[in-house]
Amino acid sequence: MRSLSYVRAGNVREAIEAFAAAGEGARYIAGGTTLYDLMKLGVERPAHLIDIASLEGADRIDTRGDVLFFGAGALMADVAEDDVIRRDYPVLAESLSKAASQQLRNMATVGGNLLQRTRCPYFRNGAIGAYPCNKREPGSGCAGIGGVDRGQAVLGASDACNAVSPGDWPVALTAMDATIEISGPAGTRSVPISDFYRLPGNTPHLEFAIEAGEIVTGISVPKTAAGRNSTYLKVRDRESYAFALASAAVALRMDGNHVRQAHIALGGVATRPWRAREAEALLNAQTIDREIALAAGRAAFADARAGEHNAFKIELGARTLADAIMIAGGKIQ
Amino acid sequence: MSDAHDSKIFEVTRRQVLEVGTIVSMSGMLPAAAQAQGSVSQPTPENGATVRVSFQINGQPGAMEIDARASLLDMLRERLGLAGAKKGCDHGQCGACTVHIDGRRVASCLTLAAKVDGRTVTTIEGIGSADALHPMQQAFIDHDALQCGYCTPGQIMAAIACVKEGHASTPEDIREYMSGNICRCGAYVGIVAAIQQAAPQIERG
Repeated sequence: MRSLSYVRAGNVREAIEAFAAAGEGARYIAGGTTLYDLMKLGVERPAHLIDIASLEGADRIDTRGDVLFFGAGALMADVAEDDVIRRDYPVLAESLSKAASQQLRNMATVGGNLLQRTRCPYFRNGAIGAYPCNKREPGSGCAGIGGVDRGQAVLGASDACNAVSPGDWPVALTAMDATIEISGPAGTRSVPISDFYRLPGNTPHLEFAIEAGEIVTGISVPKTAAGRNSTYLKVRDRESYAFALASAAVALRMDGNHVRQAHIALGGVATRPWRAREAEALLNAQTIDREIALAAGRAAFADARAGEHNAFKIELGARTLADAIMIAGGKIQ
Repeated sequence: MSDAHDSKIFEVTRRQVLEVGTIVSMSGMLPAAAQAQGSVSQPTPENGATVRVSFQINGQPGAMEIDARASLLDMLRERLGLAGAKKGCDHGQCGACTVHIDGRRVASCLTLAAKVDGRTVTTIEGIGSADALHPMQQAFIDHDALQCGYCTPGQIMAAIACVKEGHASTPEDIREYMSGNICRCGAYVGIVAAIQQAAPQIERG
């Protein structure tokens, strides 16, 4: 790890100014659970760190207005345990409580978690550099394609990258139509989460619709009755404290026994948090049973493409989504 | 390393004073290149740009200049002689380095030391003494909740926090909220039993 400077900013304006003043190699750091980890691996090489973990008022959680608002500096553990979120939006609370460990949830922020980087082992192989990675070194190639690809994506991959988007919270937020609030040198802006995550295409190193010097300041989620009939189901190699092999965020707005609107997104299987519009459409006006749930699961994976070792994710993903639909619909626990 | 703040931390135990004394004296033997970056009057064992941090640790005030890249875990072990927190994976995956900051459990290996400026840190050394073990320490002994013991300081610090968070009311809850602490010896059955024993005592206390 190369030598670096460290300053702690007190508010957003201070942070943006400090970033500009620091010059090349400046990075914001909040909880640090991704950035510091990747610095140790030689994947991230910042020269200057601007600590934004304790910006004034940045940890605000406000569930009183028309939207749910989460300050970017709120800790994952605190949002996971918020009583209103647990009761009215279990999909959001569960996506956080099933992520990482309590130690990491006490460090990581809900804003920083949006920018978590892939767990692709070829990407993380930074200091040694034995394998090419277009995310880490643009143009160097992708060892994940045709490599040991058990964990790689079956949806959204390109010829340049098949690394899985690692998060759980971003998947739940994608299902719930969240908006990301961003501040930067040019002012503030809002980005729908559907525009925040890029497909890898030919530029897998460009992952997020955020520019250098900009800070995620908050996350807004429109309030919806669908939140009450929601769940985040995560299937892993072990029961707890592991990344998803397949996960599904499902929220159902019901009209009696019929689905009026379904919100569905997938994790662990795609190169970005994956909105499953085909599955949503298929559930429209239906009553939930095992058959329709599995049909929706299959529809979500209709365009999936497997490599040598990850074909199981297509069946696992479809059944994970089917189970999540049954849970959200109150048909199984 | 030479000001009054530093010496206060080192009064905790004789063993720590000896350990830290060793580190301080070793700093005089660092390569010339490292020495050149520190001022002549105030040598620093750090190689890179440093940050000034002040903190409370195990009830004592402390302050030092620390490399901006250093982890809290390295600061505890290499600078303060508090070797209870262990370096298992150094990537936040095993839990052996668990300590409390402002009463909440964190992975000290993924916490920049610079971040503890103005904060309160508690390590395994700060929760009890040989004469008066913390109820969680006693419970780990009672239930053989360890074999090699390497993960134990992290397990105990995580377990105390687990109880205080209210996540120790059922064995299922304990397993879920202790899943960030890996035990290669597989002492999990004993660990769950120990937490069940200590939880009511800690809650009453």
